[in-house]
Amino acid sequence: MRKTDRPQIELPQISRRRFVTGMAAGAALLGMPAGLAANAPRPNPAPQTLRGNRFDLNVNYMPVNFTGRERTAVAVNGGVPAPILRWKEGETVTLNVTNHLAHDTSIHWHGLILPSNMDGVPGLSFNGIKPGETFTYQFPVTQSGTYWYHSHSDFQEQIGHYGAIVIDPAEPDPVAYDRDYVVMLTDWSDESPQDIYARLKKEGHYYNRRRRTAGDLWRDIREKGVAQTWREREMWNEMRMSDRDISDVTGYTYTYLMNGQTPDANWTGLFRRGEKVRLRFINGAAMSIFDIRIPGLKMTVVASDGQNIEPVTVDEFRIGVAETYDVVVEPADDRAYTLFAQTIDRSGYARGTLTPDPSLRAEVPAMDYAPVLGHRDMGMAHGQHGGHSMGGNTGGMDHSQHAGHDMGGSTGGMDHSQHAGHSMGGSTGGMDHSQHAGHNMGGPAMVGKTGNLGRAGFGSNAPVRHHPTEFGPGVDMRAEMPMSGLQDPGIGLRDHAERYNRRVLTYADIRNLTPTIDRREPTREIQLHLTGNMERYMWSMNGIKFSDAEPLVLKYGERVRVHLVNDTMMTHPIHLHGMWSELETGDPEYIPRKHTVLVQPGSTISYLVTADAYGRWAYHCHLLYHMPGMFREVRVV
Amino acid sequence: MKLKTLVIFCTALTAQLAMAQEGMEHHKHATHGSETAPAGDDRQAVQLQQEGDAHTGHAGHSMPGGEAHAAHQGHMQQPAAQTLEHAPDAPDHVMDHEVLLTKVTIDQLEVREHEGAALEGSAWFGGDLNKLWLKTEVEREEGSTENAELQALYSRALTAYWDLQMGLRHDFELEHGASRNWGVIGLNGLAPYFFEVDSALFVSEDGDTALRLEAEYELLLTQQWILSPEVEMNFYGQDDPATNTGAGLSDMEAGLRLRYEFTPQFAPYIGVNYEKKFGDTADFLRAEGEPTGETSLVVGLHAWF
Repeated sequence: MRKTDRPQIELPQISRRRFVTGMAAGAALLGMPAGLAANAPRPNPAPQTLRGNRFDLNVNYMPVNFTGRERTAVAVNGGVPAPILRWKEGETVTLNVTNHLAHDTSIHWHGLILPSNMDGVPGLSFNGIKPGETFTYQFPVTQSGTYWYHSHSDFQEQIGHYGAIVIDPAEPDPVAYDRDYVVMLTDWSDESPQDIYARLKKEGHYYNRRRRTAGDLWRDIREKGVAQTWREREMWNEMRMSDRDISDVTGYTYTYLMNGQTPDANWTGLFRRGEKVRLRFINGAAMSIFDIRIPGLKMTVVASDGQNIEPVTVDEFRIGVAETYDVVVEPADDRAYTLFAQTIDRSGYARGTLTPDPSLRAEVPAMDYAPVLGHRDMGMAHGQHGGHSMGGNTGGMDHSQHAGHDMGGSTGGMDHSQHAGHSMGGSTGGMDHSQHAGHNMGGPAMVGKTGNLGRAGFGSNAPVRHHPTEFGPGVDMRAEMPMSGLQDPGIGLRDHAERYNRRVLTYADIRNLTPTIDRREPTREIQLHLTGNMERYMWSMNGIKFSDAEPLVLKYGERVRVHLVNDTMMTHPIHLHGMWSELETGDPEYIPRKHTVLVQPGSTISYLVTADAYGRWAYHCHLLYHMPGMFREVRVV
Repeated sequence: MKLKTLVIFCTALTAQLAMAQEGMEHHKHATHGSETAPAGDDRQAVQLQQEGDAHTGHAGHSMPGGEAHAAHQGHMQQPAAQTLEHAPDAPDHVMDHEVLLTKVTIDQLEVREHEGAALEGSAWFGGDLNKLWLKTEVEREEGSTENAELQALYSRALTAYWDLQMGLRHDFELEHGASRNWGVIGLNGLAPYFFEVDSALFVSEDGDTALRLEAEYELLLTQQWILSPEVEMNFYGQDDPATNTGAGLSDMEAGLRLRYEFTPQFAPYIGVNYEKKFGDTADFLRAEGEPTGETSLVVGLHAWF
């Protein structure tokens, strides 16, 4: 590894410069010594669009300069992002991918339903693409919508190896629009991903520049008094957790890009007044969850993860890493609008402009307040404990969502007595210990225990059980009373309705446009816990990291429920390859199909999976630096 | 000069560790069979540690190479006909390998009033759960080295926040006192309320015993100005005139340091350090006409890499 360009001990100027790159590279220049200012960021061309059904894709190194520092990205056909691939549903596409890197590469077609040997995961689907080799992917395109592709090798996703896929439907598109744009959001760092990962391992809070200070303590004491402040701090202090631990990697090192453009470079899309503009948002970031809004415009969400949904009009929505959302906007005025994508921790933003005239631009709004975690985010049900978590604990909401959940089973919301009534002991005991059960599954022992399962579409009724493997050094928290995250817009968004009068999308708002295809009830349930230790920077499922875990085995053709329990305070985007994650939003008739599901901190979510694809599939958290541990092979046999 | 030897030793050790890391990183490249890289590229070494027995974990997946190659042609297969045939024989999926890292921490490297100086540092090498730790403490007062020790420990993660550490401690031969070796067993970790705690029980080759408790707290005044109180206490099981240590609580050191983090990894500081001897230890020192308590201003550097 070359050391030359990577000082082990940073100099002061470098640190200050780096600090502001997350905001705007240009502004950073003001603070720079004159000698360095000459090294201005270089414009990065917007991605090209390739159409057809045969493609030659060349993966190569490419010099980039987003912040004033020369760096080398991994590009496809000379672009960061990679070219937008436009396919047609029903065709068979052939893609010759040639690796010009010094290391293995791969391309995973994210969200595409295809044979497992075309899925592009080294070690599971194939051997990866060796330096100098060409691998030919070929598969029928059986779906339409907005998807994306990226490397599944090493940490190449962090350094530019990502691009958009737009598939035009075979039938007339149910979404009416006059023009469309891909809006791909990513995060760029001048540090190498290996360095970022190593720093996190050595100091988990390295990139958190919003830690609590004495000033915060003083303010709390003045506002609430010593006793109340002590009570509030007590739990966090005893658990050795930070309520400001929102993003592992932040604007301290990241510059956020929209279609490869820094906030200063300002990606611009044109429209004519009165047009319907379809924006295909893709979160291709390594570690950054974004909250998107366009001040002055309502957004009608028409698709989620490529799948058409019943249109929902919102002011703001959160997009997890790897998710896609299509929205339609109808700008009524001849003015510019800012596409504003602030990160979940408000440490930076990506920004672009929609305008009828390239010379116009709109004001860039200030970022919203930065969220602070509350009891709810630790999976502790007492959300009402005074003033925690900035307005996040909307109690009424939680109740309704539980009501929704119980429709399938018995009644009684959250209370544990209900769980007792379910007597999980014998019959379903194996179920929640999924990773063990998972091994020898396929075995009939796991099938047919429908008695305690919640009805399809309504989510799990099963009590949350922590497996013994969750009590090791790799796990720092276990949600004791996790609530469903279905109706939770997520940390930092929970009070946007009251505070800013914005309607924020939640998963509960999503209804598939067309009726559910597989109407079967699930025959079994897999409870899987997302676990980790922030201090040690270890991530796992059920406390077991990927390299120590056995595959989760699904029987071909079965309908199974996955019940995810987030035993961490982070929001994890969980991605299942090869099969849809059919999110149980309370309406069995119109279950939305997703490829990546955000699991709120200290919360649960459940979805159904029809195991209709043989082979070995990846199943993992899509936060890049969580992937090494929070990963499972799903094997359909 | 003994101190010089120690300093050289520590420097060499650090260099060794750095080289070990470098070597490891080279090895990563080696596993991928390529050292050639475009000029100026410092981030294509995207490979993580891929050695060791991590591969064995995949034994169960191993498939004949020929079939894997066939899959590599990438031709369509009927989904229904798919089994696991195309599974690769040598998965190089980066995600399943643990990274081995080295962290060197200079906790305190400082000059003190009254011709004093001190180094307190550590280095670890290893993975998430198992590490090799080295710890060193060197202290100089009025131009002579008061104590100098090095510990080499195996560290095993016990719980979410605590590591069990076992190994050896060597006290270097100084003007006062002979060199000594101790066995060490200790607990290192983060206590509730965010106290960094290091505690260790020592048993010397002569059967002497000692106990050390250290605790440190970091109070963030801002994101970059950090005030760090710290306390260390040493207890001994016996009187030992040779090293001027007495049974019971022998000495305590308390410090308060204010550092400025230019980066999280580089932070100069100023502070005050207070040392006090107790009991028989104090008596030994009084008999020699030495002071039993001292307060000194310090200036130093806190850094890690």
